[in-house]
Amino acid sequence: MKKIYADNAATTSLAPKVLDVMMPYLTTQYGNPSSIYSIGAEARKAVDLSREAVANAIGATPGEIYFTSGGSESDNWAIKGVMHQLKSKGKKHIITTAFEHHAVLHTVEALVKEGFEATYLDVHSDGIVRHEDLKNALREDTGLVTIMYANNEIGTIQPIAELAKICREHGVLFHTDAVQAIGNVPINVQDENIDLLSLTAHKFHGPKGCGALYIRKGVRLQTLIHGGAQELGKRAGTENVAGIVGLAAALTNAIATMYERHEKLTSMRNRLIDGLLTIERSRLNGDRDKRLPGNVNMCFEGIEGEALLLSLDLKGICASSGSACTSGSLDPSHVLLAIGLPHEIAHGSLRLSFSDENTEEDIDYILKTVPPIIERLRSMSPLWEKIMKENK
Amino acid sequence: MAYSEKVMDHFANPRNVGEIADADGVGEVGNSKCGDIMKMYIKVNNGVISDVKFKTFGCGAAIATSSMATELIKGKSIDDALKLTNKAVMEALDGLPPVKVHCSVLAEQAIKTAVADYYKRQGIDPEPIVGSMTDCHDFDCES
Repeated sequence: MKKIYADNAATTSLAPKVLDVMMPYLTTQYGNPSSIYSIGAEARKAVDLSREAVANAIGATPGEIYFTSGGSESDNWAIKGVMHQLKSKGKKHIITTAFEHHAVLHTVEALVKEGFEATYLDVHSDGIVRHEDLKNALREDTGLVTIMYANNEIGTIQPIAELAKICREHGVLFHTDAVQAIGNVPINVQDENIDLLSLTAHKFHGPKGCGALYIRKGVRLQTLIHGGAQELGKRAGTENVAGIVGLAAALTNAIATMYERHEKLTSMRNRLIDGLLTIERSRLNGDRDKRLPGNVNMCFEGIEGEALLLSLDLKGICASSGSACTSGSLDPSHVLLAIGLPHEIAHGSLRLSFSDENTEEDIDYILKTVPPIIERLRSMSPLWEKIMKENK
Repeated sequence: MAYSEKVMDHFANPRNVGEIADADGVGEVGNSKCGDIMKMYIKVNNGVISDVKFKTFGCGAAIATSSMATELIKGKSIDDALKLTNKAVMEALDGLPPVKVHCSVLAEQAIKTAVADYYKRQGIDPEPIVGSMTDCHDFDCES
């Protein structure tokens, strides 16, 4: 059976050439970068070069890049580290948005339990934060604003430069979770006034379990992982050398091929959106243009997302949904609720996310496969029956 | 979360899908806000459920439990149908992931609600026979 992987926002395949550059550090070059003999020094060199490559990719300097275990750790460290540092200065307010990744939302909630205060900005029906809303939310005691660069479910890209500029003008630190955006949109931390930025390797064909936090020079934050002197004494733990090397190689490649990929994926994405929108009572979630090139997120009324995913899986298509049944909770995706969708519509969502490896044939196959599945599920849905009756 | 082969079979090839135009009893449980609605139609002849059909809006487990529940009561007496528990539906499907147990409860309730409707249409108070039926439309998603 045909197999189409259309869940690249969840994770991506490890690129063979990335694995190639990692392999020595998983086999012969196993030295600890902190050791002084030659295989240790080789490992150190590899980590240093990787740090330089990551810095170059986002317009930072190597001393501003700290390797972590991934996006969640980077987000936790940035938010907790900054707020705990600023607490003694009387800063106790955090601004974020209603549709952040849980790595941010749950971290902010944990801080609220400690006594910090949080404001969640509206993301409006198009899934875009407004700078006026940010201005209105800023307070004397605001310590940090954390807004994701691009949303992981609906792919909407935020006006980060604009938002971060407001923060800089008000002397408030700005963090962005760029896990979905990095490698897909050009990012320059200097030009965009970003103080902290989270990224992770496995979203751009690098390995799982390795990420980074950019911390602008001069920004002080408390340590999250205590121990040895690695990462300039700010993040302990023997370096995941192979992971770090893989992250750098994958990111370098993603940046080098970004424009070409952007063009290809945008055209594929738009064709898929147009095709799926011909299905009765369907809608696109999130702004159509200000979105990641590989992201399609739709709702189909009268059906439930998990049933749709299972049906797609039976046809060889790997996708994702924001339905309650797939979120592991009783509510549908907080992202879809944040853009104002009612529960019953949010249950019927489908996210398809693409990478370089996808082809126009994949889109053809999806466009051919999805409509009959929806028709079948609707034909056995009493909710669809109700919608049709009310429509008459 | 992985479904058993039986669940996948009943999801992919559900038995008894549809409606019965001249049904003797119809029961609908669940609500769209929670993401699952089951509607069950029964035809009764001499106290026996001679035909049963269902329509379900919901996840794979909701569709599979509806399908299995209809199989388990088809051709059975009303009394036997009322004895069907959610546990029996789950066992017949070789189990359900813990988060999906509520789907089997919904299937059990759908049958009871359809039988209650049958009795009501006969001018018989269903409560002493079927038991008190909570209005499932008012169920909180937590329940």
